[in-house]
Amino acid sequence: MASSNKPPVLLDIAEVSKSFGAVNVLRSVSLTVDKGEVVTIIGPSGSGKTTLLRCVNFLESYDSGSIRIDGKEVGFRPGPARDSGARQRRSERDLASMRAETGMVFQGFNLFPHLTAAGNIMLGLTKVRGKSSAEARSIAEHWLGRVGLGHKADSLPAELSGGQQQRVGIARAVAMEPKILLLDEITSALDPELVGEVLAVVRSLAEDGMTMVMVTHEMAFARDASSRIVFMADGGVSAVGPPKEVLAAETTNERLRAFLARFRASHF
Amino acid sequence: MGYTLNFNLIWRHFDKLWGGLLLSLELAVISIAIGIVIGLVLAVWYVSAGRVVRAIIAAYVEFIRNVPLILLVYLVFYGLPTVVDLAYSAQTSFVATLALYSGAYLVEVFRSGLEAVPRGQLDAGKAIGLTPWQRLIHVRLPTMMRITLPALSNTFISLFKDTSVASVISVPELTYGAQWINFNTFRIVEVYLVVTAMYLVTGYALLFALRLVERWYRTAR
Ligand SMILES: Nc1ncnc2c1ncn2[C@@H]1O[C@H](COP(=O)(O)OP(=O)(O)OP(=O)(O)O)[C@@H](O)[C@H]1O
Ligand SMILES: [Mg+2]
Repeated sequence: MASSNKPPVLLDIAEVSKSFGAVNVLRSVSLTVDKGEVVTIIGPSGSGKTTLLRCVNFLESYDSGSIRIDGKEVGFRPGPARDSGARQRRSERDLASMRAETGMVFQGFNLFPHLTAAGNIMLGLTKVRGKSSAEARSIAEHWLGRVGLGHKADSLPAELSGGQQQRVGIARAVAMEPKILLLDEITSALDPELVGEVLAVVRSLAEDGMTMVMVTHEMAFARDASSRIVFMADGGVSAVGPPKEVLAAETTNERLRAFLARFRASHF
Repeated sequence: MGYTLNFNLIWRHFDKLWGGLLLSLELAVISIAIGIVIGLVLAVWYVSAGRVVRAIIAAYVEFIRNVPLILLVYLVFYGLPTVVDLAYSAQTSFVATLALYSGAYLVEVFRSGLEAVPRGQLDAGKAIGLTPWQRLIHVRLPTMMRITLPALSNTFISLFKDTSVASVISVPELTYGAQWINFNTFRIVEVYLVVTAMYLVTGYALLFALRLVERWYRTAR
């Protein structure tokens, strides 16, 4: 009985490597994320956190290894039974429909400036999900309400504060009902007083069981909201485990200890 | 012995100027409409194409930009029919020329506009599952339009002035009307004063209207 209670693996990253020119940005990264898990990635600047997230929805390609969501390989078609080494990139149409299953929230919000808050959310619903605009509108209003912006449906991004724009960004991603949500330092571009309102939204999504992988420097939030924390260093996973273990001051992982010490020095 | 301005003869033939102005506007509007299509298609093609296509498009742009408009007008109207078996009116010939001419300038305008669309917006379009074509239509072009609208307005205004070149192949637009009145009344100063004022007023009116359109477009929802 116990085994049937274990949630299935949703995201399976296996030995993924990637370089930009001569720089090895990801070195054989492996990580699995179960359905409903909230996994937080921390690590020094340049350790490959953003690149890893971008590989998961194939905004970046990867050189070797595999990334699977619900068993389906991201970015590449299954090769011949005896792997000849030549991977086949999926068609653009295929890539698009796979990306629709993966929500992403960006550090810089990246809202479409010509569309209102509701319009930003409706675009994917109408063009990708094929919903009528009335249906899309009501879904958009529902999610705007969820993120506390029910009254801003018809505002353009330029008329919203950073925190409000980011909440629209989250609503735009989750309205597509993705299997997994990727969040890359989504509060880093915000004034400190606006961080809380955005994190509150993320927390409520976590409580709803949304599977999430996030990169953040908000350690207190990471500790409270994560099922597991991954520490990346030099393009690899250096430590992974429950928040209490990974963030413990007495960790034996030298790099992690140095990172946490430097972090505490600058943030507390 | 001073020259006395006398506008009476101008007013008597004003219908030539009024009709000419309307034709000038018509030529400019049709030309830029076709030019926008040429510019958009080539710009979109350019940013996604390989080296050969890029070189061909760049050659077209360079050719048009480095040959005086009046020469292009002669080439298309007098030169082309001797090479290919085509019959067309002076007006059609001029519209074709001006469309090709504005198209070349607009390729550049649209291309830099397309390249100025922030990568983050394209990433966001990808992330919600839009196909490349949908990203072009719903993300790239709208943002490009906002970026390029002022340049587009300026191109239109200068195209309106460029329609005066059509007079060299006897298309009865505004400048041709002025020449006609001059030949028939010899009131050269008066007629060109009036015509200059007409170009100026119309140009400013267009600019004002286009700025309103730009403002509307920026805040449209
Ligand atoms: N498009 C690119 N072209 C070349 N190098 C890149 C590119 N994107 C990232 N890199 C390099 O890859 C490395 C990892 O970058 P990445 O953005 O993934 O790090 P990160 O862990 O997210 O850092 P940060 O905490 O600063 O956001 C860096 O050395 C970076 O300079
Ligand atoms: Mg990063």
